[in-house]
Formats: sequence, C-alpha cells, structure tokens
Amino acid sequence: MRIEIKGIEETDIFGRRLGELVQPGDVICLNGDLGAGKTTLSKSVGLGLGVEDYITSPTFTIINEYQGRLPLYHFDVYRLKDGEELYDLGVEDYFYGDGVCLIEWAQNIQDYLPQDRLELWIYGTDNPNERIVELKAFGDRSEFLAKELIR
Amino acid sequence: MMLTLAIETSCDETSCGVVKDGREVLSNIISSQIEIHREYGGVVPEIASRKHIEGIDVIVQEALDKAKVGFEDIDFISVTQGPGLVGALLVGLSTAKAMAYGLDIPIVGVNHIEGHICANFIEHKDLEPPFTCLIVSGGHSYLIDVLDYSSYRLYGRTRDDAAGEAFDKVARALGLPYPGGPFIDRLALEGDGSAIDFPRVFLEDDSYDFSFSGLKTAVLNYLNQLRQRNEEPILADVAASFQQAVLEVMVEKSFRLAKETGRDKIVIAGGVAANKGLRDMMEKRGRKENVDIFYPSVQLCTDNAAMIGSAGYYNYINGRVSDLHMKVMPNLGFLD
Repeated sequence: MRIEIKGIEETDIFGRRLGELVQPGDVICLNGDLGAGKTTLSKSVGLGLGVEDYITSPTFTIINEYQGRLPLYHFDVYRLKDGEELYDLGVEDYFYGDGVCLIEWAQNIQDYLPQDRLELWIYGTDNPNERIVELKAFGDRSEFLAKELIR
Repeated sequence: MMLTLAIETSCDETSCGVVKDGREVLSNIISSQIEIHREYGGVVPEIASRKHIEGIDVIVQEALDKAKVGFEDIDFISVTQGPGLVGALLVGLSTAKAMAYGLDIPIVGVNHIEGHICANFIEHKDLEPPFTCLIVSGGHSYLIDVLDYSSYRLYGRTRDDAAGEAFDKVARALGLPYPGGPFIDRLALEGDGSAIDFPRVFLEDDSYDFSFSGLKTAVLNYLNQLRQRNEEPILADVAASFQQAVLEVMVEKSFRLAKETGRDKIVIAGGVAANKGLRDMMEKRGRKENVDIFYPSVQLCTDNAAMIGSAGYYNYINGRVSDLHMKVMPNLGFLD
C-alpha cells in the first residue's frame, strides 16, 4: 500500500490519525533517509496520542519515553550497529509492554523486531515538500491497523 | 574546604576528577572513546558501557593520584544521574554509590546539563550569577536564566533536534567525519556564510525555543537538487551558510533573553560552545551591546567530571544531597 503525502499538513493529518488508532503493544517502524521526515511524523503521532510534551529527536538518548493516552516509546536506532545492542538496552520490555513503540531507522535492526509490526517507508520525491509513504503490515494486528489508517 | 570526587559517564567519555570548593580543579581525567565511535558514525551504546566498565577503576585512581589526595580526603561524591545513555550512566552511578557506601560519605546526583553551566565557574573564577546561559551540545539545547547557584529559570529548548545534532547530521550529509561540529566549524572558515540562503527558524515572535530539523532538511534538499543537476556542491560554502543560519538564531535569542531579564552577561556552555564561529559572533555582538561573553576552554566544553564536581558542590552546599536509592535518569530534562 502506498500513499502520497503532499506537504507538511498532510503529514500531520496522517500522523495524528495513526496516533489516534494505535493500541497497547503496537510497534510502528519508520524507515527513510536523513531528512525524510521521520521525527516530524513522530511528532504528529505523539499529538494524536495526546502527548503534551515536545517530541524531540531521540538520536542522542536512543529511547525517549512520553505519556499520552498510552505510553509512547520513541526510538532512534541509527547509531546501533546491530540488534544485539538493543537487548542490552532492555527493549523487550518496551516491545512487549503496554505502550506504543515508534522506531526510527528500524531497517537497521530488521531481524530483531517483533513479528507483528507496521512498517512505514518514507521516500522523497522531486518535490521537496512531497513524500511517498509505503505501508508494510506484518501480522494480523498490523494489517488491521494499516487498513484503518488508509480508510 | 570541601573536596568532591566527581564521576561523569553519560555518553562517550569516562571521566573522573577531584574538585575543591566548586571552583578549583585538582584533577580532571578524561578518557575519550571517540576513536572507537568514529568508525560507526556515532556513539554506540553497548560499546560505550563496556568501555566505561573497563576504564572507570583506573580513571578514579588516576584522578586521586593526580590530585595528590586519597579516598579519606574526599568529603562527598558527585555523579551524573542523567540525561544520557542508560548503560553508560549506570556504570558511573554504580561506581559512585559503591564509593559513597564504602567510605560512608554523602552522594550528590547531578544533572549533566547543569554540569555544563558550571564548567564556566571553573574557567572564570570571578563569574557570579545572575546571567543568561545558552547550553548547546550534541544532545541538548537550552536557553536559561541563571538566577543564582543551583537556581534556574528555563526559557527555551529545542522542539526537535539538538544544535550539535544538527551539526552532526549535516556533517554526515557532507561526508565529514564524526563528530561533525568541529569539522563544519573549520570548513566554514574557508567558505562564504552568505553563499546559500538557508532558513533562520525563529518560531513565534515571543518564543525562546529552537528548531533545527527544518534547517537540516533544507541543507539535504539543497545537496539533492545539486546532485540531480549533476553539480558538485562547494562544501565550504554549504558549511559556512549552514553554520551562519544556526548561529544567527542562537545569538539573537540569547541577546533577546539577556535584554528581557536585564542581564549584562551571557555564558555559553556545552560542546557547541567550542565552536569558534559561535564565540566570535557572540563576542562581536557583546561588544556592541555592552554584554560580557563567557565560555569555557575547549576541554571544559566537552563532557568532563570536573564540571559535575562543580555542580555537585553547589547542590551540596544548598542542601541537595541524594541517597543510595537514586536511579539513573536517561531522559532527564533540565528542570524535572
């Protein structure tokens, strides 16, 4: 499933809708190059979830935690060289906990991700304001979530 | 006279030091892990914590030896509690707790960001609050009013990327090594800061917050557009124009806050305070507006234990002592 996003307002609408739909235990992977808009989209997901704090880049701390309607665990795994290191950070508690995981650069830890997950691949276009988002759902829950999201 | 043994392991430096009365550094040993991290283009947490464990005992001993004191001379322990990488912080905090328990002396948990401010108390012996402080590093961007020792009012922070992070990410896009800040600073000296008109993001009129993510994206878009036309970017001009855009916003907001709060001193702190472009721009504007500018030496700008010892001292004399149950706080903000 691919959707075209024309500008920051549409990114915001898409992200907020995702934030409103997620349930405890959902894992959302955000893939895309530097500047694709992963953190921007994360901010909108946070708003949809009712997080009031600023969602800032988790590049430095790897994991930032927020409280909204549900706990939000915001990851940036760019700096990890493989998923082994994730386990030293105790990520299983996050992946299989009662919050929502939003993982930037998830492609870096592909083999270590939970089975049921929704992957969003963000691609740039010739127009710097436009993006194409490809949705790949793995597992029943994620497929349901993806269908709700694009409805 | 009070002596503290300070420990800092929030990110990629293992550092221990001995500080007297918050201002005088008897030792400040820093074992940087940056060579190991360079090949991965960033700090690798697991490597960080393993290296901290391997190094910390030796570095504690070296700090005591260099200061020519023994454990029995130490009055209390200061240690970084957060923010930082959880595994790295744990090594420092566990070591600190073990020493405080074994020696039966107090322990003071320190906010790493407060440590950066206090680096200036070490560098400038006669610097006294109140002043305006801009704290900019790889993980943090804060604009605060320092009312007194250990007393702050937060005015601005980043809404997305930290200032140093923007430098690192743009450096990555330009193919420069990690950490990117110093390389951009050096390259910018050879370039024209007005060559490319990158956006200056001031946000709302009355806001002291920062936003650097859009600027980072503007630089990436610029590079992509050139690439599509098969043109080569002039890297020095890109570096200089990017740096100019970041610095103008930081300097403008710092002076605006100083004016609003009636301060005649602006202090810069954190890794980005080592940026020569930032120092020059601040000083030039300071001369024009009669504001004194302070910043630490390059070594005290980077993560180090002495600054944690200074912050620990001011917390201690203000009665802010921790206990052995304190936990690391990887996501600690500035005034949590």
